[in-house]
Amino acid sequence: MAGIEATVPARARRPADLIGRILENPHALGVLMVTPAVLILAIFLAYPFGLGVWLGFTNATIGQAGHFVGLGNFRYLLGDSVFRLAVLNTILYAASAVVCKLLLGMLLALLVNREFRGKRIVRAIMLLPWIVPTSLSALVFYWIYDPTFSVITWALRRIGLAHGFINYLGDPNLARASLIAANIWRGIPFFAIGLLAGLQTVSTTLYEAAEIDGAGPWQKFWFVTWPLLLPLTVVVTVFSTIMTVGDFQLIWIITRGGPANATHLFGTLAYQRAIQGGFIGEGAAISAFVLPVLVGAVLVSFHYLRRE
Amino acid sequence: MHPEDRENTAGGLTRRRFLQAGVAGLTGLALSSVSGWLKQAAAQLPPGSYNPQLQLSFPVEPGASLRILRWSQFVSTDQPEYERMAQQFTRRTGVPVRLEYEAWPDVQPKAAAAANVGAGPDIVLGFFDEPHLWPDKLVPVTDLAEYLGRKYGGWFPVAPQYGYSNQVGQWIGVPIGAPGSCLNYRMSWVKEAGFDPDPASFPKTTDEFLRLCRALKTRGHPTGFALGKAVGDANSWCHWLLWTFGAHAVAPDNKTITLNAPETVNALEYGRQLFETMIPGVAGWLDPNNNRAFLAGEVALTNNGISIYFAAKNDFPEIAGDMNHAVYPQGSAGRPTELHLFSQAYVFKYTKYPNAAKEFLRFTMEDPQYPRWINAMLGYVSHPLRAFTNLAVWRSDPKAVPFRDAVARMLPHSYQGTPGPKSARALSEFVIVDMVADALTGRRSVREAILAAESRLKRIYEA
Repeated sequence: MAGIEATVPARARRPADLIGRILENPHALGVLMVTPAVLILAIFLAYPFGLGVWLGFTNATIGQAGHFVGLGNFRYLLGDSVFRLAVLNTILYAASAVVCKLLLGMLLALLVNREFRGKRIVRAIMLLPWIVPTSLSALVFYWIYDPTFSVITWALRRIGLAHGFINYLGDPNLARASLIAANIWRGIPFFAIGLLAGLQTVSTTLYEAAEIDGAGPWQKFWFVTWPLLLPLTVVVTVFSTIMTVGDFQLIWIITRGGPANATHLFGTLAYQRAIQGGFIGEGAAISAFVLPVLVGAVLVSFHYLRRE
Repeated sequence: MHPEDRENTAGGLTRRRFLQAGVAGLTGLALSSVSGWLKQAAAQLPPGSYNPQLQLSFPVEPGASLRILRWSQFVSTDQPEYERMAQQFTRRTGVPVRLEYEAWPDVQPKAAAAANVGAGPDIVLGFFDEPHLWPDKLVPVTDLAEYLGRKYGGWFPVAPQYGYSNQVGQWIGVPIGAPGSCLNYRMSWVKEAGFDPDPASFPKTTDEFLRLCRALKTRGHPTGFALGKAVGDANSWCHWLLWTFGAHAVAPDNKTITLNAPETVNALEYGRQLFETMIPGVAGWLDPNNNRAFLAGEVALTNNGISIYFAAKNDFPEIAGDMNHAVYPQGSAGRPTELHLFSQAYVFKYTKYPNAAKEFLRFTMEDPQYPRWINAMLGYVSHPLRAFTNLAVWRSDPKAVPFRDAVARMLPHSYQGTPGPKSARALSEFVIVDMVADALTGRRSVREAILAAESRLKRIYEA
């Protein structure tokens, strides 16, 4: 006790240094330490985000700040057939691509999780579609889907399965399917690597125990692997959904949203209207429509991340 | 008046004289202080075709420097010539010039950002409506545009439609020219189909043109016109199709949508017949597709700039020898109704050196700089001023001649309205292209396609 009593007056005797006092206060110090991060988030994330949402409520055009129009843009968009088509396209695109990527990615992860020679090389190759710049792979698909020079058509004609040309990007449904296929090709590695990391954390003793209990491969997957992998799968799926809903490059390079708006997603339509057409307010409103979907996705992923 | 009427009286410019002039020009550059004699020798325009006595110059601000954003070259000889021109300007005025290039569809987004932020390039060389999207943010260039018009035989009618802003009551853009689009065809196949392959005898009416396309198709040589979101190719031929039958999207008041008319039905019904002669897959074509199909011999006829021809000259000489260009035929409108990628330069008000910027534009639009630049582009870009009709490039290769008067033959994309934010939006949303594509491919009936486009135009123009 005596020691403490002795130090307190000693400290009080020092010149009243404001900075020193703040630094010694754990609450103030905490605030101080976190301020740079908050500022960075505020300036580079919150401000652009807030501005984007605000613009959705204005009739701003390029060069004109515009004024508040309430829900005008949103009402207009709900009645706009092109926007409604883009909503359907986005749902179809994201749902079918994500489901396929999940199934194929899981399959690939299970395959490369086995022991075999050249395992590392195969895992590295597996990543290729993901690490190739999207614009580059999109250009490759643009050629693959060329109505006249498509390698697929060429191959089908050589083996006698097709006779004429295949109109990959000219027919609305075929164009949608072609883009979904390209997106799947590109997105599988994301699932495969993520799930592979999860698979490797599953203790082999669990499988041994399951084998002793007489479990077959399917039962081992369903009762051991799947439950342990589920939280990770949800998180990977949510991330992939966010990226797929926000896809832009692939569509823009291959079809630009055509034929006749059949492949517009939120991103491409927003770009076309806001930047090319100059109607920033309306473009921002289109982007804002994605918000509820993405917020829902983020909440789901938070929920599972916390559980993990 | 047709552009040629007035220029034909001027003395001819032979190839040799052009070369001599070019050499003299280069020497002049090397000597840096260009003497009066060299200036005379370097002139690219024949005397009498313009008024060299007229002079204008803007007093350059002390310490000025310029940043210029322009479209990247369509042909590899363009940028070196433009850079030479900029260096020459720097030597004469002491104003350093920094050039930045963007692929042509990306100029607008960059300029839009600059307009919004109030900082960026001093001068932009952009396309179509761009100046009309931010007219109050631009330095008026009426003095320069009127001077150029007076000196060089006048602007073609479309130039003031793009350059002049009714909203501001001033010229806000200096027309630069337009990469023209013409019909590209294989002469041997046209001959095989029973038609004269000479461009002068190429079908002049839409009916005759359709007969040619059908004859080509029955001989196994389909046509191909882009119907996807091909900014250049699809827009140019779809607007021609609409206008050549007397149809238009909007009235001169920029409000009344006039698309729902019998003329539009005629255009689309005609288009449907034309579509039957096309190769499968055009509905998904973007700008590069027709180039590839034409060079691969898959189509006998398409619409394009001169780029196919130059690619063929470099890599497929047998196709280059067998191909030619012709102007679009005319339908019931009975006059040329073409759309080309119109480019103009504009100066942002935020620039600290408006005079230097205007002086730069004046310098680059004058003889002998502008003719040299246009000559260097080998026919990719057509001029907006009548005096430049006699340039060497339009005499060097007969196959380039159909591109010469592209600007003279064109209408603004906003026709019958004036360029502005609304026509920019209609163009960027491909309203006309989508309507044509819907009707031709049978995704919608002609009636439904028109109604759908009409309702979109109404939303755009009434917004």
